[in-house]
Amino acid sequence: MRRAACIACAVGLTLVGAGCGSGDDEGGARTLKWYVFAEPSGAFQEAASNCTKQANGRYRVEIVDLPTNADQQRELVVRRLAAEDSDIDIIGMDVIWTAEFAEAEWIREVTGENRRRAEEGVLPGPLETAKYKGRLWTIPFTTNTQLLWYRKDLVEEPPKTWDEMIDQAERLNTTIQVQAARYEGLVVWFNSLVASAGGEIVNDAGKPVLGQPGVRAAEVMKRLASSSAAPPALTNNREDQARLGFESGDSAFQVNYTFVYASAKTGAEGNPQTKKVFDNMAWARWPGVSPDEPSRVTLGGINLGVGSYSRNPDLATEAALCLAQPDNQVVAAEKGGLPPTNEKLYDDEKIKQAFPFADLLRETLAEGAPRPVTPAYSDISLAIQQTLHPPQDIDPEKTIEDLRDNIDTVSEGGLF
Amino acid sequence: MAAGAPTAPAAPAQVGGRKRLTERARGEHRLAYMLCAPAVLAMLVVTGYPIAYAIYLSMQRYDLRFPDDREFVGLSNYGEVLSSSTWWLDLTNTLIITGFSVAIELVLGMIIALVMHRAIFGRGPVRASILIPYGIVTVVAAFAWRYAFDPTTGFVIGLGPISETWAPLTERAGSFFVIIMTEVWKTTPFMALLLLAGLALVPDELHEAAKVDGAGPVQRFFRITLPLMKPAIVVALLFRTLDAFRVFDTVFIQTAGANDTESVSILGYNQLINRVNLGLGSAVSVLIFVCVIIIAFAFIKGLGASTAQRDER
Repeated sequence: MRRAACIACAVGLTLVGAGCGSGDDEGGARTLKWYVFAEPSGAFQEAASNCTKQANGRYRVEIVDLPTNADQQRELVVRRLAAEDSDIDIIGMDVIWTAEFAEAEWIREVTGENRRRAEEGVLPGPLETAKYKGRLWTIPFTTNTQLLWYRKDLVEEPPKTWDEMIDQAERLNTTIQVQAARYEGLVVWFNSLVASAGGEIVNDAGKPVLGQPGVRAAEVMKRLASSSAAPPALTNNREDQARLGFESGDSAFQVNYTFVYASAKTGAEGNPQTKKVFDNMAWARWPGVSPDEPSRVTLGGINLGVGSYSRNPDLATEAALCLAQPDNQVVAAEKGGLPPTNEKLYDDEKIKQAFPFADLLRETLAEGAPRPVTPAYSDISLAIQQTLHPPQDIDPEKTIEDLRDNIDTVSEGGLF
Repeated sequence: MAAGAPTAPAAPAQVGGRKRLTERARGEHRLAYMLCAPAVLAMLVVTGYPIAYAIYLSMQRYDLRFPDDREFVGLSNYGEVLSSSTWWLDLTNTLIITGFSVAIELVLGMIIALVMHRAIFGRGPVRASILIPYGIVTVVAAFAWRYAFDPTTGFVIGLGPISETWAPLTERAGSFFVIIMTEVWKTTPFMALLLLAGLALVPDELHEAAKVDGAGPVQRFFRITLPLMKPAIVVALLFRTLDAFRVFDTVFIQTAGANDTESVSILGYNQLINRVNLGLGSAVSVLIFVCVIIIAFAFIKGLGASTAQRDER
């Protein structure tokens, strides 16, 4: 026995410390790292090389890829910023991170002349997403919002409200594609519904409001989830499953981001079924909750923040302003299908080509609804996801009451 | 090696009795301690320190987003976790996953171990092919099973009597079914391997003697094989139970905790990584650690698992 124990002991562990060298200067040009989600079309890469060229050897923008899933992007960036990582110069920030990052002072405030340049010509809705407590923390770059996509060969008149849409879908014996898995997409849906019903989830102090508009929103979710208009895997649906469901012709309606248009266009080239869908693909304003009030739809997109621990913060701010300039926004729109934040660009021929629905998009964006602006956003988002999922089990009055309590608990730093 | 005395015949030290150690035995003891020291030190650094630090963090209000609010709060984080319904729901979920997967694995693992043990031809290929699932990365396996059971992409949906609109990952029972099946598929080979080692311990002579006495194969299995394998079975169960209790990847990929399938590990992850609430998250982690200790203790005391028995062979 003793011998055996000694053999076990002899299996020692060796710790190897790996040293990493960091090459800061390359031929005089500072390297600025831009942490942003892996954009498949190469639009961000093109913006980065445009700015590197314009900088005339003063800096070089290098992209560091983040995951495409927004929750995972945040987790990665937050972990690094909390550890005061000086490697992060510029961050492609999902609009919902602004308050959290600003409160923790992980990003640098944009002030003075830089602020003026950053705010110039930006659509009002998207500009709000870059601000926290009246101060500007990020530089608006791209934005996004959802439209209603429908099949004009099946639907005569696009529905104005959710109730109308569910009625139509039931009559047509078809389904409605939404995002209702337990993730951020569910929060987007709920937020749009609450805002369209004239309410808000939390107030400026981060306290839950909800009330009657919240109950109305919950009723819509419940009604869709328990009707025949719900696709079979509704409660596991994200953007991509919704897109696929629509492209396959199973559904006559979907609410989704603008990327589905470009995607269906590409898909139509090789697939006759998708071609039929694409040829009949039409768009309308996201349905409202009540017939006499237009919908207010959740805003998405990427703003550019400058990391507080960056070694070259001034240079990074300059580079971020360059990356967000209109020319690069056009590239992002044309190549990557990401709508610009600059209002004037919506009259640009290239943008109209990329987005035949540009006017509707601009109108929706201008009246867009931000998600709760609070440093505890991710906690509140988790609370919403856990309380409202699965939507068919919602009991409107009671669920919203629970949600109020849960948001209260998490915003205090607790666990429900 | 530092002690000059020749150490080759180790046996006489035991003969000498425990009360008065000879000079040589003492030297051997010293050598043993010195040989163990690096490993013990490494363990202290890589496990002792993090555990102590986690306990320290769990007694603070500490959210990385609000570093100024950091303060010592004693056991209140534990109170917060233990009084939340989420913790108890997640603990129940974890126990459901652990209980079912380990039970199914034990039965399947035993059958596979018997097959491997009795395989007459192609021993190598049989054993290798049984081990394949264990060699696959858990995340990959979880994705494979998720897609297989997805109504849009899955081949399982619509197969034979299975309804074409069944979406198991959108309901609680279905989600548990897929998660448990993935776990079983993935780790049964491990169980089988441990049990195979136990089977090799059963001497053939006993079987032959029993055969002469007229015992059938079923009787021999329950009367001879199982009792003699008990130490191996208990160790295999212990390993798998501890492993299954910490289930994370499969649940994270397949449901991310939706439909009330969240496991305690995912709860800890959400607090620590998503909310960067180090206090609350550490409290959850420490509680998971306590649960693991309780499980291990129950196995060792209750079922008489002993690592020493494995060493003796």
